[in-house]
Amino acid sequence: MANPTGWKPDLEAGAAPVAQEEVGLGHATRGLSFEEGLLFERGSRGRIGVSLPPRGNDGDPASEIPAALLRAEVEGMPEVGELEVVRHFTRLSSWNWGIDTGFYPLGSCTMKYNPKSSEALARLPGFAEVHPLAHPSMAQGALELMYRLERALSEISGFAATTLAPAAGAQGELCGLMLIRAYHVARGNPRKKVLIPDTAHGTNPASSALNGYQVVPVKSGEDGRLHPEAVRAAMDDDVAAIMITNPNTLGIFESHIAEIAEIVHAKGGLVYGDGANMNALLGMARPGDMGFDVMQFNLHKTFATPHGGGGPGSGPVAVKEQLLPFLPLPLVVREGERYRLVTDPAERPQTVGKLREFWGNFGMFVRAWALIRELGPEGLRRTAQLAVLNANYARALLKDTYDLPYATDSLHEVVFTDKNLKPTGVTTMDVAKRLIDHGFHPPTVYFPLVVHGALMIEPTETESKETIERFCAAMRAIAAEAAERPEAVKAAPVKPVRARLDETRAARKPVLRWTPDMKVE
Amino acid sequence: MRYHPHTEGDVREMLDAAGAKSLDDLFRSIPAPLRLNRPLEVPPPADEVTLLAELRRLAARNDAQHPPFVGAGAYPHHVPPAVDQLLLRGEFFTAYTPYQPEISQGTLQALFEWQTFVCLLTGLQVANASMYDGASATAEAALLATRVTGRSKVVVSAAVHPEYRKVLATYLRSSGDVIVTVPFGADGRTDLAALSAAVDEETAAVIVGYPNFLGVVDALPQAAAAAHAKGALCVSVTTEAVALGLLQGPGALGADVAVGTFQSFGNPVSFGGPAPGFFALREEHLRQMPGRVCGATVDKQGRRGFVLTLSTREQHIRRERATSNICTNAGLCALASTIHLALLGKQGLAELARVNYARGRVLTEAMARQGFRRAFSGPVFNEMAFEVGDAEAVVERLAGRGLAAGAPLGRFYPDDPKMKGALLCVATELHTPELIDLFAKAVRS
Amino acid sequence: MTLPDDLKYTKEHEWCRVKGNRAIIGITDHAQSSLGDIVYVELPEVGDLVKKGESFGVVESTKAVSELFAPVSGKVVEVNDPLSDAPETINEDPYEEGWMIQVEVSDEKELAELLDAAAYGKFIEEEQA
Repeated sequence: MANPTGWKPDLEAGAAPVAQEEVGLGHATRGLSFEEGLLFERGSRGRIGVSLPPRGNDGDPASEIPAALLRAEVEGMPEVGELEVVRHFTRLSSWNWGIDTGFYPLGSCTMKYNPKSSEALARLPGFAEVHPLAHPSMAQGALELMYRLERALSEISGFAATTLAPAAGAQGELCGLMLIRAYHVARGNPRKKVLIPDTAHGTNPASSALNGYQVVPVKSGEDGRLHPEAVRAAMDDDVAAIMITNPNTLGIFESHIAEIAEIVHAKGGLVYGDGANMNALLGMARPGDMGFDVMQFNLHKTFATPHGGGGPGSGPVAVKEQLLPFLPLPLVVREGERYRLVTDPAERPQTVGKLREFWGNFGMFVRAWALIRELGPEGLRRTAQLAVLNANYARALLKDTYDLPYATDSLHEVVFTDKNLKPTGVTTMDVAKRLIDHGFHPPTVYFPLVVHGALMIEPTETESKETIERFCAAMRAIAAEAAERPEAVKAAPVKPVRARLDETRAARKPVLRWTPDMKVE
Repeated sequence: MRYHPHTEGDVREMLDAAGAKSLDDLFRSIPAPLRLNRPLEVPPPADEVTLLAELRRLAARNDAQHPPFVGAGAYPHHVPPAVDQLLLRGEFFTAYTPYQPEISQGTLQALFEWQTFVCLLTGLQVANASMYDGASATAEAALLATRVTGRSKVVVSAAVHPEYRKVLATYLRSSGDVIVTVPFGADGRTDLAALSAAVDEETAAVIVGYPNFLGVVDALPQAAAAAHAKGALCVSVTTEAVALGLLQGPGALGADVAVGTFQSFGNPVSFGGPAPGFFALREEHLRQMPGRVCGATVDKQGRRGFVLTLSTREQHIRRERATSNICTNAGLCALASTIHLALLGKQGLAELARVNYARGRVLTEAMARQGFRRAFSGPVFNEMAFEVGDAEAVVERLAGRGLAAGAPLGRFYPDDPKMKGALLCVATELHTPELIDLFAKAVRS
Repeated sequence: MTLPDDLKYTKEHEWCRVKGNRAIIGITDHAQSSLGDIVYVELPEVGDLVKKGESFGVVESTKAVSELFAPVSGKVVEVNDPLSDAPETINEDPYEEGWMIQVEVSDEKELAELLDAAAYGKFIEEEQA
């Protein structure tokens, strides 16, 4: 049955009220865009979009598999030809914002340009089509790449060794905390608590809880930094670790880090580094040199592997010597001219075990290694410098218009608030939505939680001076518009294919899949 | 540097505006003793020509000339070029998590379609936006079962992928939950008597493979009945999702949660990752589901649209009380699967499954002609183990001929001497009857 | 914002209406308006015991989760089941249709520890200042 819901695009409803035809400061105009229903509302019985080899006459499944376990077809599957599928996804893609579309200053997400050559390389059959269980002699190139990446990440972060296994940053955190737990268990007591500053990502407390640790929040100071006194007051023999993001999510360097690490170490605790903001430090400073015992990378943030609308990520975890015995499997080792994976716990009796199937998100390793190779030592350092320069330039261009809650120096990102707009009734969310009409992706909003109405801007090093100038001009134009015509700001966005969406309705009456009788209106 | 657009003039002007004397001056908040005062010891920069040549050389040292005869959780399948070309559209590819729904409708609608496909194939009512992989999805399913039932014992079949079981053990280590493993029989199916004996009033979940790690179509309905008899949830684990084009959805057979990977749809084996884990469950457990989920709603003008929803389960809101710590998942891999499933459609999926089943039979017969029998008597889809003598030696020998021969089961079941001779092999639409014949003969000599 | 005089209040923004040895419990107008659109509510079952000051459920908006704290201890004798399908009732009518649970009060002394409307009103003002 084609289009069983009877859903039809409403062309009239697309004609929106204001400013659609104006050119935004990010050069956004209204292009030709299409309404596009669900796949399941398309097609016609009998269409197919693939070409398969003949099955031959071999085998009737019913002669082998119990009839109750078989089905002739999967009810509800669409029936569409290849061109229809291509148009469907091409049209969907046109409703999306990507780095390739425009500026994407999401703070703490580090949305930098994803090199095209990395994509070409990850697709080489020698990388994409090699099986994880192929004999090591058939995968020496893949193993060598993993080995080299592991060495480079350890050097960049200042640690003894790195596991590439974790599938994403949050799994890296989980892994790091498992290592911490294993370390304490080996010393006779797993301990009970993990200290987490109030500026931390939500994954930090969630990962701690998953490891059976009680979370103890620590307040940051007036200057946005964590202070040794606060840590000293919370630190006792039951604290397994402190989790610190450095620079923190305010874009501020935790300059007391060495003293804090000493306080924690003195009581037998360990210092975990959330490497989400590693982009600010590349080649300039190393977490391993400032007291951290373990940290996770987010390869998509720091080494430009594509984020793909929500993954795949890759969250390698780097550790100091004392945590080496506990690293998860596998580990890649070099023996003479050969490379080998250590997968047998007999070789690593204290390992925390396995975190995911096989060896890690290898496809992401290829891309990250390609970028490290292209940048070299000077390029890595330049990356951090330009990322910090761009954030500070944005800060300089906006500080007279938007409220800057912390005057402390910024590194790679800067946090403003909507405080100055309060008399107009325009909020951070409104500013974010209005930026879309100008042709910019909004910054991270309402995070970190310690800042009321936060707008967190991270340009990254791959953006040019002009792009930052245009973005800041749009931010200023919105502030001016808020004073004069707040209703126009509150009506934003008007240019995308959809206006603001009703999230309350989505949560109250969840519709999470297509069904033939699906109705959303 | 092509990714750094700054001219020296730009840098100067920007530094002036920022009130900094030099680039290093911007880092004055880092105390001097903490700064790195030497260049990083990584290789010198490579231009693009050098870079491509160097990585091509590395890739050439991996032998992928023939499709591997090994599956065991990562299945060689044809990926239509249309999948990758659509995937490479920068608007999908370079997007972040769809936090701004007005400009993320492409990602969101595709996720909604993915969730629908997962529900259709698994026969369950709700699915999330994907997991890291099948192994961590299995561990998360066990954790969900402990939350739903308030119990702390997990009964898992030894025929569930051994790597998945290892990950399960890693995830459950700190919670104090107990894992009981039950054996499989000579037919490669879970030993139902042992299973029933192991399930009790303390059991949160019964976990079985479908098809299982040995390639055998396990007795899922019976395992589900055993779980339900004691109030436990039944979790089915599927690594070769093409099988669901031929087999009943696990939800229709009693599974309360279905997890695994859709790698087989649209994703290359890629040395083991990335691939999209999936997670589907009965609606009543929705609030305990880990990970992101996309839902339909309307915009201010009443037009249908999609948003991430039910976020209060998640770490960025509930923090330490979240259902999971998962954040980034495998969105792009899920998109690849969605595109491939769209191309396949109803007929294509059924036919792909039949072709795979048929190639499995061709492999069985080709191996039989060389004197190799199946190691297990239970029904199989496209993957099966053969008795080949010394399986490790076969793998090593065939590597020299450019063939990835299979997974030696002795490696995964070291305590079971009978497994030393068993080689787990797969045949898919990529393996022509001629190649299969050549492979079987190569195993012989 | 309304604060009915006949109710007792807590600093966690629950209200309590006492009828004989029963207490009807909900969240205040102030609480519902600061939470925003309520999309989900999780309540105990009849027969469960709740303890003063401890969590007996949660309410959720799209972006926040809030625990519900019992104003008094006792056994749950009635639950407002229709709320699970229509959580918006809590926004629309927090003091009447939006009630959450009824409890058989186990220790009447606890009632004396609750705030009256004037004291709660003052508390909110201070909290906002």
